[in-house]
Amino acid sequence: MSKFKKAGTKGLPSINTASLPDIVFMLLFFFMVTTVMRETNLKVSVLIPEATEVKKLEKKSLVSFIYIGKPHRNLQTTFGSEPRIQLNDAFATLGDIRDFITSEREQMNENDQKQMTVSLKIDQNTRMGIVTDVKLELRKASALKINYSSRKKIDEALLRR
Amino acid sequence: MADIAFLLLIFFLVATTMDIDTGISRLLPPMPEDEELDEDQEIRERNVFVVLINKDDDLFVEDGFYDVGELKEMTKQFFLNPNDEENLSEKRELTTDYFGTMMVSKGVISLRNDIGTSYGKYIAVQNELAAAVNELRDELCMQRFGRRYNNLDPLNEQEANLITDAKKVFPMAISEAEPKSVGGN
Repeated sequence: MSKFKKAGTKGLPSINTASLPDIVFMLLFFFMVTTVMRETNLKVSVLIPEATEVKKLEKKSLVSFIYIGKPHRNLQTTFGSEPRIQLNDAFATLGDIRDFITSEREQMNENDQKQMTVSLKIDQNTRMGIVTDVKLELRKASALKINYSSRKKIDEALLRR
Repeated sequence: MADIAFLLLIFFLVATTMDIDTGISRLLPPMPEDEELDEDQEIRERNVFVVLINKDDDLFVEDGFYDVGELKEMTKQFFLNPNDEENLSEKRELTTDYFGTMMVSKGVISLRNDIGTSYGKYIAVQNELAAAVNELRDELCMQRFGRRYNNLDPLNEQEANLITDAKKVFPMAISEAEPKSVGGN
């Protein structure tokens, strides 16, 4: 009779968690390796346009970013609502671009300097006037490789096929 | 131990951004060394494909107003000019390793925008022009080698040469003029 009694009180056996730390560590290392820390705090709101002919930007270390857009809403009281340029962490003017490019260039290896790319993250509602001015400054600073940052648009024609 | 690992794991999970930067790559023309006008590089009018965008984001191509959707086909026709029409681009002979001697277009796209044009529209037009050239290259590679241009691997030496040759046949010839402020803001 005791045979049956015993079976009733036993309950669920606990799961062996000995391998849990291993799994957690594996995930941890994965995320540690893939993480790219965000370097800048965006002060302008940027909604980049969509495009179909986009290419991936390789080698993050060769890329410098220029943001153009309206200042964030909580900054608009001090900075106004006209589109502004942001370099690194601060608002900048056109004249600052050349210094920015020079300092970015100095941080790179000599071999990489030729491959330096400037990624323009520009809000899609910005007027072209400021964009053209920035492009002219980049030409003057001879940072000629640029990339108009844009999101990959899924081709509707392909979806319908 | 596992607790600390968990803590770190959650931190990195939150901090990770998985977005990959994508965009349309362009090469800006270098600043002219001095004020010499490059008169010898004068291009005949029929070889220039005029694309204008005004401050209201209207698109003017060659002879009239068009929709962005029509631009790609028009650009392709301009470069290909299959019937050797008078108003489309002239051709010249070009010899490349992979495609042999063939007639290629002398055409150049001239893109000009107003300072009041919106950036979104500008990118849409740039994208269509890029799409047109990419499709031409793609069709060429498909016709001759049965390969898609976009699937060619630049790390493979042969395919890299094929890419350079396709680029020679259909260069991304977009010239951007300084914008004019017409019609104000």
